Amino acid sequence: MEKRVTFKGIWLPLLLVLPQLLITAVFFFYPAGQAVWQSLFIPDPFGLSMQWVGLGNFEYLLSDKYYRASFQTTAVFSILVTVVSMGVALYLAVLADRLIKGSGTYRTLLIWPYAVAPAVAGVLWLFMFNTRVGVVAWYLGVLGYDWNHVLNEGEAMGLVVVASSWGRISYNFLFFLAGLQAIPKSVIEAAAIDGARFWMRFRTIVFPLLSPTTFFLLVVNIVYAFFETFGVIHTITSGGPQQATTILVYKVFADGFVGQDLGSSAAQSVILLLIVSVLTVVQFKFVERRVHY
Amino acid sequence: MKLQTSMLAFAAVATTAGTASAQTEVEFWHAFTGRLGELVAEQVETFNASQSDYVVTASHKGNYSETLNAGIAAFRAGEQPDILMVFEVGTATMMAAKGAVKPVYEVMEEAGAEFDQDAFIGSVKGYYTSSDGQMLSLPFNSSTPVLWVNRDALSAAGIDPDTDLSTWQKVGETLDALKAAGQECPMTTAWQSWIHLENLSAYHNVPFATKDNGFSGTDTELALNGPVQVQHIAQMGEWAKDGKFIYAGRRNEGGANFRAGECALFTESSAGYAGIKAEAEFDFEVRPLPYWEGVEGAPQNTIIGGASLWVMEGQSDEEYKGVAAFLNFLSSVDIQAKWHQDTGYLPITTAAGEKTKEMGFYDENPGTDIAVMQMTANEPTANSKGLRLGSFDQIRGIIDEELEGVWSGDKTAQEAMDSAAERGNALLRRFEQSAR
Repeated sequence: MEKRVTFKGIWLPLLLVLPQLLITAVFFFYPAGQAVWQSLFIPDPFGLSMQWVGLGNFEYLLSDKYYRASFQTTAVFSILVTVVSMGVALYLAVLADRLIKGSGTYRTLLIWPYAVAPAVAGVLWLFMFNTRVGVVAWYLGVLGYDWNHVLNEGEAMGLVVVASSWGRISYNFLFFLAGLQAIPKSVIEAAAIDGARFWMRFRTIVFPLLSPTTFFLLVVNIVYAFFETFGVIHTITSGGPQQATTILVYKVFADGFVGQDLGSSAAQSVILLLIVSVLTVVQFKFVERRVHY
Repeated sequence: MKLQTSMLAFAAVATTAGTASAQTEVEFWHAFTGRLGELVAEQVETFNASQSDYVVTASHKGNYSETLNAGIAAFRAGEQPDILMVFEVGTATMMAAKGAVKPVYEVMEEAGAEFDQDAFIGSVKGYYTSSDGQMLSLPFNSSTPVLWVNRDALSAAGIDPDTDLSTWQKVGETLDALKAAGQECPMTTAWQSWIHLENLSAYHNVPFATKDNGFSGTDTELALNGPVQVQHIAQMGEWAKDGKFIYAGRRNEGGANFRAGECALFTESSAGYAGIKAEAEFDFEVRPLPYWEGVEGAPQNTIIGGASLWVMEGQSDEEYKGVAAFLNFLSSVDIQAKWHQDTGYLPITTAAGEKTKEMGFYDENPGTDIAVMQMTANEPTANSKGLRLGSFDQIRGIIDEELEGVWSGDKTAQEAMDSAAERGNALLRRFEQSAR
């Protein structure tokens, strides 16, 4: 039997959730509705006139092979960012969890990069890998590797993935560490007494017990990779070379604010909204089943 | 309620009192920072001090794209400035916005201001005039691409620094010699689409787009996949493959390489002058942009880049009078001559160029007149008047992408230019629809 606090009547609960509902309506539903509405028109930039095109913007987009290619780019980018940022964070968290001395300092230092805005992070990494003055690019040159993300698509993708993951590692680290510390020591000790080595304990006890955290981070990180990495892309590659790093959200910006094509930009936002909704539903329906709370 | 009314009344009195005693305010949004920002501020101060009827307030709104977006957003909210600086690629967007902008010639006419359109340099104002020859915006900062030469690098490679670089054929020979001498970066460029396609087309008197480069209609299509352009890009691609042309980025990233003395040749705007002069620790020189010998009609004239000032709709007559006075002030001989000499931008009036010459500026700073001569050498044709294409900022992005395909060897020049034309045309069709 679950224990629940229930309210009598509808008015008090409604009143209590009202502020949240209002904020959601004003800041989420209204703009989303506007985007859907605008996606049905081709407006001129100044808002002087609008041409009704129905689903014409969507048709135009989906028939564009460069737009379709952008889906693949986004998938590759998002998966890489999520895997890299979560993998490294988990590794660091496991190490930090085992530390006895100096763990406070270690933790604090690891959290720092989270305070760096994506655009600034982008500039920092660009500076290190700048083909002309970058420190890393220079050392690579010494080792005989000619780094050139300005023309090499793979290198450009690698660079934006690393730059996007970097700040994110801190965030994920915090959650993983908290999750690890919430695992009862007695369970692990019992396993150790039974002769389970570290890797065995991690695989059969720690990782499953960490799964709610992992799942939460998976959802949050994918959303991050889809939407918030814009600043990094903008500062490092502007979507290039060719279209190697043009992810969907970057194209929304480019079409809307560089091309002044608000109809196409709105239609892309709607498509992006749908993708993320579907992804989240899929995650909750299928991945969550494997999560032990 | 009563309190509110009285407060409103008070506010109303306060504002009218404010305007009655002070001058009419003219708002001017621009995209300049650093040294250029200081020079603009100086111009505004000089204007404000020169008369007492109007006061111009200048605000910096970010880079070119951001300034245009700020202007558009402000117009949508009914808060637009009187004057908005828009870069040349935004020209078609502004022209199509009939209810949002007030043509400059109209502003001048209605304000009864003196305004002689013939005083302006043809190839500068041509970019911003309607097909019947009326000026729609006032050119503010205009430059044109030239060839920058690192004379020390040529000497070091055993090449006579005075060697002929007037044609691409000759440049090719020099690049061979530079490469053979072990020069790491024989040539680089800034603004590849502007210099190596847009200006290349005008300079060789071939169309960049149909319908007179978009001047006579929004139903224009890109023609940048013509033989002249493809041959040039193919050659550049060869040079890129051989390490004779080093690609540094879509904007003016190559400037850092040139100013540091790493590159021997550099195609860049004439307005790169201030930066190169300040940083270069080597003997440098400005040469005219090379052309392909054997192409009929070359060299025609190059076209400009930069920005112009647009007057926004929806302001009071009094403000428009102020705008007219300010624009007249900006195009006056002394102000223009000073601007030209300080920045390396082209003078917008013939008189300002002549004054600069009389002052002996060109003798003291050799090469600073090359851009002016290159622009004014020939009367502009339909192919060299300028470009008027919608979504042009984005089309440039597409061209950048396609050119990167050529530089990395993924695509042939013909493939890349065909693809650029096809993709660009799709955007032009959308613009045509939105401007209907």
